[in-house]
Amino acid sequence: MTPRKDRPVTSNEPQITPDLVAEHGLTPEEYQRIHELIGREPTLTELGIFSAMWNEHCSYKSSKVHLRALPTDAPWVIQGPGENAGVVSIGQGLAVVFKMESHNHPSYIEPYQGAATGVGGILRDVFTMGARPIACLNALRFGDPAHPKTRHLVAGVVAGIGGYGNSFGVPTVGGSVGFHTRYDGNCLVNAMAVGIVETGKIFYAKATGVGKPVVYLGSKTGRDGIHGATMASAEFGADAEEKRPTVQVGDPFSEKLLLEACLEIMANDCVIAIQDMGAAGLTCSAVEMGAKGDLGIALDLDKVPCRESEMSAYEMMLSESQERMLMVLRPEKEAEAEAIFRKWGLDFAVVGKTTADRRFVVTHGGEVMADLPIKELGDQAPVYHRAFDETQRPVPLLPTEVVPPMTLADALEKLLGTPDLCSKRWVWEQYDHLILGNTIQRPGGDAAVVRIDEGPKGLALTTDVTPRYCEADPFEGGKQAVAEAWRNLSAVGARPLAVTDNLNFGNPERPEIMGQLVGCIRGIAEACRALDFPVVSGNVSLYNETNGRAILPTPTIGGVGLLEDIAHSATIGFQAEGESLLLLGETQGWLGQSLYLRDICGAEEGAPPPVDLAAERRIGDFVRGLIRDRQATAVHDVSDGGVLVAIAEMAMATGIGARLYGSPVMMLPHAFWFGEDQGRYLITAGSEQSDAVIAKARAAGVPVRRLGQTAGDALTLPGERPMLVKILSERFEGWLPAYMAGQPA
Amino acid sequence: MKSAVVVFPGSNRERDAARALRLACGAEPQMVWHADRQLPDGTDLVVLPGGFSYGDYLRCGAIAARAPIMEAVRAHAARGGLVLGICNGFQILCEAGLLPGVLMRNAQLRFGCKDVYLRVERSDTPFTRGYNAGQVIRIPIAHGEGNYAADGETLAALEGDGRIVFRYTAPDGALDPKWNVNGSTAAIAGIVNEPHNVLGLMPHPENHVETALGSTDGRGLFAGIVDHLAQAA
Repeated sequence: MTPRKDRPVTSNEPQITPDLVAEHGLTPEEYQRIHELIGREPTLTELGIFSAMWNEHCSYKSSKVHLRALPTDAPWVIQGPGENAGVVSIGQGLAVVFKMESHNHPSYIEPYQGAATGVGGILRDVFTMGARPIACLNALRFGDPAHPKTRHLVAGVVAGIGGYGNSFGVPTVGGSVGFHTRYDGNCLVNAMAVGIVETGKIFYAKATGVGKPVVYLGSKTGRDGIHGATMASAEFGADAEEKRPTVQVGDPFSEKLLLEACLEIMANDCVIAIQDMGAAGLTCSAVEMGAKGDLGIALDLDKVPCRESEMSAYEMMLSESQERMLMVLRPEKEAEAEAIFRKWGLDFAVVGKTTADRRFVVTHGGEVMADLPIKELGDQAPVYHRAFDETQRPVPLLPTEVVPPMTLADALEKLLGTPDLCSKRWVWEQYDHLILGNTIQRPGGDAAVVRIDEGPKGLALTTDVTPRYCEADPFEGGKQAVAEAWRNLSAVGARPLAVTDNLNFGNPERPEIMGQLVGCIRGIAEACRALDFPVVSGNVSLYNETNGRAILPTPTIGGVGLLEDIAHSATIGFQAEGESLLLLGETQGWLGQSLYLRDICGAEEGAPPPVDLAAERRIGDFVRGLIRDRQATAVHDVSDGGVLVAIAEMAMATGIGARLYGSPVMMLPHAFWFGEDQGRYLITAGSEQSDAVIAKARAAGVPVRRLGQTAGDALTLPGERPMLVKILSERFEGWLPAYMAGQPA
Repeated sequence: MKSAVVVFPGSNRERDAARALRLACGAEPQMVWHADRQLPDGTDLVVLPGGFSYGDYLRCGAIAARAPIMEAVRAHAARGGLVLGICNGFQILCEAGLLPGVLMRNAQLRFGCKDVYLRVERSDTPFTRGYNAGQVIRIPIAHGEGNYAADGETLAALEGDGRIVFRYTAPDGALDPKWNVNGSTAAIAGIVNEPHNVLGLMPHPENHVETALGSTDGRGLFAGIVDHLAQAA
């Protein structure tokens, strides 16, 4: 179709200048492309629409070519990336719908509202597809605890996540929290939501049919969040604080009403297509529904419910006011749908219709404010093959190069009280993790487990990434993030199904950052392929950088697994005294990039532990079998901090200690106990069962080693002072509450 | 037992309450919309569930206490019918004047979700007959504003009449400020009205009624109500 040559009549809009183009985050080349696409100078409203659709956040222009490498398919996948959320079958006519998304930039500027609206946005993505949300998770990264802003950000983000999810009424069941100075100027808030839907009742964004009413649902439109997505597509300078007005304000009460009203109109078969208004609000939702359905959309902004008077077309199109939806309605159902929305006290307004001309036409006060080709708005967004420098792979560090500065017992006690390893109870006790009455495994274990309806099925859920590994070696780090998620799901007995990824990186215009992004994606792709663990949804957050200093590369992986029967799942705590403690998997004593090296020896160096994906799969399958056959009484994966930290976590969960044997003669003790070799699990088995388990492991080609026996109230190691579980718990539980109460880091 | 669960805009533990009631008596409760003016005929028990009615944007429970259905709830209580308010429901009952006192922001100024220990102070109310007096039960809380307060006269009356039925205690049942999770006056977790037919409590017994969820200590409350109604019938 040839674009119209005449510029729409717009009485109050300024001429487009290079400064105005730059203010919209568009390059001169991108502006030139807009000009070519539409064959004339855009109006200000049109420029705003393009900036909203073509920014990094909405268009994935820097990452798109690389994301294609990710495996997205499996027989159980119903919907991969490209919709509001991914959908995976869990059998018996049910599916799980899930996605993770970042709200990093807004959370740094205004932590409470930034985090709250991050939760709100991801919940909408899930219930837009017809699913009732059953759980939320998150992954948070903050700066150095000693940095003056960190405490304020932790308090605000945690309160915001809780404030939204608790009121909305979804349990926040898991997540991860970490600290590093590289997040001083950019905290990370990645929120994940999970819902359940009947496979025959999934709703999509694709509009069908000409002349169908386009309906606006939910809260009114205000001036909040204008250009939010553009803000999130630029790095911060010294003026980050001045961007507060671009952060939206969340209203979980309205969202709860919107959920109930949406599910009710869906159940009454009123909906042809539905899309939530997230980033770039009305613009993005309307364009996506039209473009996916090969249809045009005509919007009459005079019909849009507004919270403030005198809003311009430009403001309405770019507002990111929360708790709104756009829907294409079955015309014969209009009265029924409207009555449902009125019952819930929400706005319902027919604001436009679908058209056959594939144009996006916006009118306001009788004037045409925008008239653009709808397909090109999305499809013709720039795609960049940005230059990248592959990260140099570091030389592995030998255990002999690391001199232990203290005893094993002292190192363990110290590690358990460090910001990254300590208990995050202070955080997750502010989240209602029990609402809906289905939380089988609460936060603090390997993966959360939530029951589906009345059971016996359940979902296992986790979020994982080890940014220091990704920084040292993006490829291995990307692999490891996926493998750890897979391992955490396996450790509770679940069959890993699929992942959502949230790729957080710095400025992609810098080749070394692009190199991290490309390396991590390759690693994720390789691991997902090897583990049959496809990526079904995700989000990319770039420009996480302040004054030229980027965050650690942080590709967060949200994993979802299925338990056929929640009665067959394992927890980490030692169940009884006198049981055998076994280590499954290969141990070489890998100290490079370990927490022992960083927090005990004060060095961040070496290569991260490599992940042998074939071994990973073999051992995970074996562990799942043990849990199914009830041969393991407790299971815990070995990750940050290594074997001794993992043993301590098992002990602290129930207060039972363990009598440990010495490390293998050929290995340095600190490397054995604190090395972070991958693909390992700790299990306990009743003493009469342990021989059988060991024989079974050997038969399956799984390395196995007896570490000791559960006993007493302390961990004991030959040649070390006894480590009382009570003291370890005090260290473990003490740091975060003390820090948040104001004690120096 | 015929039970009704009132759903306000922003209620969010109504399904949890409904499940606990169903497990206790085998019958599904009726869900009643806040804008209705009547309870279903023959309702024995009305439950005001947990949540954030109207977003709790004014005072917790203040708007819900003035919802159309509340006239019917008041009349039901006046007739001697049972009313159970959990969490936000307790806040609503206080705002509606069906129970005395008020629930303020937690002393630590943070939302808290965790298991707590409650001492059942007496077993001779319709709500507590499933427990023994002095029994300690483990029940979760999930609230930001559960810090009970009342004036001295009211407190003296509550104590004197034995209307404090649940208190936050240590696992062994001892009163200890460390275990008074939100700083409530006299460690009050739940109270009844004078005729003992209206109970408000902050913790969520409805979330501890199944073995799979880690504890069944909440069952006694629902089983006790069923038992009471069966005896009365």
